[in-house]
Amino acid sequence: MTENGMVLLRHREIQDLDNLDVYRAHGGFEAFQKAMTQLKPAEVTDMVKASGLRGRGGAGFPTGMKWSFIDNKNWPHYVVANADESEPGTFKDREIMEGNPYQFLEGVAICAYAVQAHEAYVYLRGEFWQLAGRLDQQIAAMETAGLLGEKLFGSDYGLRIHTHLGAGAYICGEETAMLESLEGKLGQPRLRPPFPPSFGLYGKPTIVNNVETLANLPMILAHGAEWYRSFGTEKSPGVKVFSLSGCVNKPGNYELPLGTPFRELIFEHGGGVPEGRKIKAIMSAGASSALIVADDRALDTPMDYESVPNVGGQLGSASVIVIDDSVSIPWLINKTMHFFRHESCGKCTPCREGTFWMAHLTERISQGKATMEDVQLLEDVANQVRGKCLCALGEFSIEAVLSGLERFSSDFDAAVNVTQAAETSVGVAD
Amino acid sequence: MLAEKYAQEIKAILEKYPPEHRRSAVMPMLYLAQREKMFVSRADMAEVGAILGMSTTDVASIVGFYSLYYDQPKGKYHIQVCTDLSCALRGADQFLQELCSRLGIRPGETTPDGMITVEPVMCLAACDRAPMFQVQSAAGLEYVDKQSGDIHQRVENTLALIEQLRADSGASSRKPAAQTSAGRNGHD
Repeated sequence: MTENGMVLLRHREIQDLDNLDVYRAHGGFEAFQKAMTQLKPAEVTDMVKASGLRGRGGAGFPTGMKWSFIDNKNWPHYVVANADESEPGTFKDREIMEGNPYQFLEGVAICAYAVQAHEAYVYLRGEFWQLAGRLDQQIAAMETAGLLGEKLFGSDYGLRIHTHLGAGAYICGEETAMLESLEGKLGQPRLRPPFPPSFGLYGKPTIVNNVETLANLPMILAHGAEWYRSFGTEKSPGVKVFSLSGCVNKPGNYELPLGTPFRELIFEHGGGVPEGRKIKAIMSAGASSALIVADDRALDTPMDYESVPNVGGQLGSASVIVIDDSVSIPWLINKTMHFFRHESCGKCTPCREGTFWMAHLTERISQGKATMEDVQLLEDVANQVRGKCLCALGEFSIEAVLSGLERFSSDFDAAVNVTQAAETSVGVAD
Repeated sequence: MLAEKYAQEIKAILEKYPPEHRRSAVMPMLYLAQREKMFVSRADMAEVGAILGMSTTDVASIVGFYSLYYDQPKGKYHIQVCTDLSCALRGADQFLQELCSRLGIRPGETTPDGMITVEPVMCLAACDRAPMFQVQSAAGLEYVDKQSGDIHQRVENTLALIEQLRADSGASSRKPAAQTSAGRNGHD
């Protein structure tokens, strides 16, 4: 949130913003019209580049630069909005699409115009079934109002937007797996390069952007790149929706400038930790995060793309999971491994087998049935996964494991001691 | 036959994708095939394949890969409880266990009347409302993420919702999941 109000979660300040008339009464679709009638496609891209907007899905890649990679020798072009929000701890795109859907759809239209795509797809996770139904109605309302269809604003440019529902596969949030899924295939990642801006949907140049990234565009077009840069930090400009969950009194989405410290998010906005317990660890990018030790230095770290790595984490999708001192780290890692084992698509052996065995080992450790050799084997398996998979899922799965083993080793010692104590007492009974 | 029963809907689905890439329609077609029965039969897979120019095996691989498609009948309503990290930190495992024991089933099982399957699922992107679940039925998917109270109270509310689902189902087999029950997502 800025001094002048929300940039993305504007529905919290404007009632019924999911109604097209209300959205237009508050300046809605003026940015799209301005782009189409006053700016050339390349000028839109330049403006987004100048704003410093970076991808909000997790990778933080500069949005305008991604668009500039689109291959203009190969047509048609496509835009795919990544609405497959599935990272544990992430629930920002859902709120944006529920509350402020037209700002998101206007963003899709602006992106499509900038890369001259005439077809855009919104790929939603299957669980967003109700949401997809509402988006279909909102897209139809835009068609009726002449904001989608042929010859928009008297030009030769036309655009259609379609929704497409996934069916329960986290991996489809990975952009090339998403494209495979949209082509009616198993959602398994492609070898890259080539990247989607040169070889995307149906082998054609395609821009895949996250919902939150796209929702920024109308505001950037309306108020300018300089205005957008007035929020956040120099290298991480703008605002971000932080999804706060776990051991906090007020979990929820908080729109804040990039660079806001963890402490402010967790204590001022999130109301602190229940029952006054201490924070033990922070995961800043959902289940794909390293475990950050929640000392004063970490709590005072600004949440932006450059600073979070200084305390051994990544900003990612800014899905901040708070872990208090009542939580056992082996239990937590078993939870995340269970997730990754389930969601591994099975294409790359190190990920498929690695997540299986890591889930097996962490289960044994968290149940107090493991020995120190099991803990060492866990570390060994994690290191074998590193750098050997086509996409980031395998890599993400070992973040919590390796950081947990390194930074919370006493929790593992305690879990192993339970086993030893049990064996000793069995021995005595004999 | 799906082609006759859902002619209009199939036409609308196919229009979304370039004519030379018909197989893009396989996922929406499978949702259509799953409607009513809550699973996709082998015959329906063959028909979807015939419409889209895919082999039955190819269609079956899609059903197998994606977790929201079923190739055999289970409960009419699937109560899908998120037990991922953020929900687990707020009691989701306890909620699942209590709910199952009250229904006399284990997680993943179906009640003897064939109405309710309770299963743990991965993150549903509603971590701020934890613990929460969704109901998948022939009518679609619905989030139940506005419950309040402690875990025990939430289990009671959920049992009441289940009774409502059973009653609705008795009244009409095509009715969407209980629209009046407290706690469900009221965005319609």
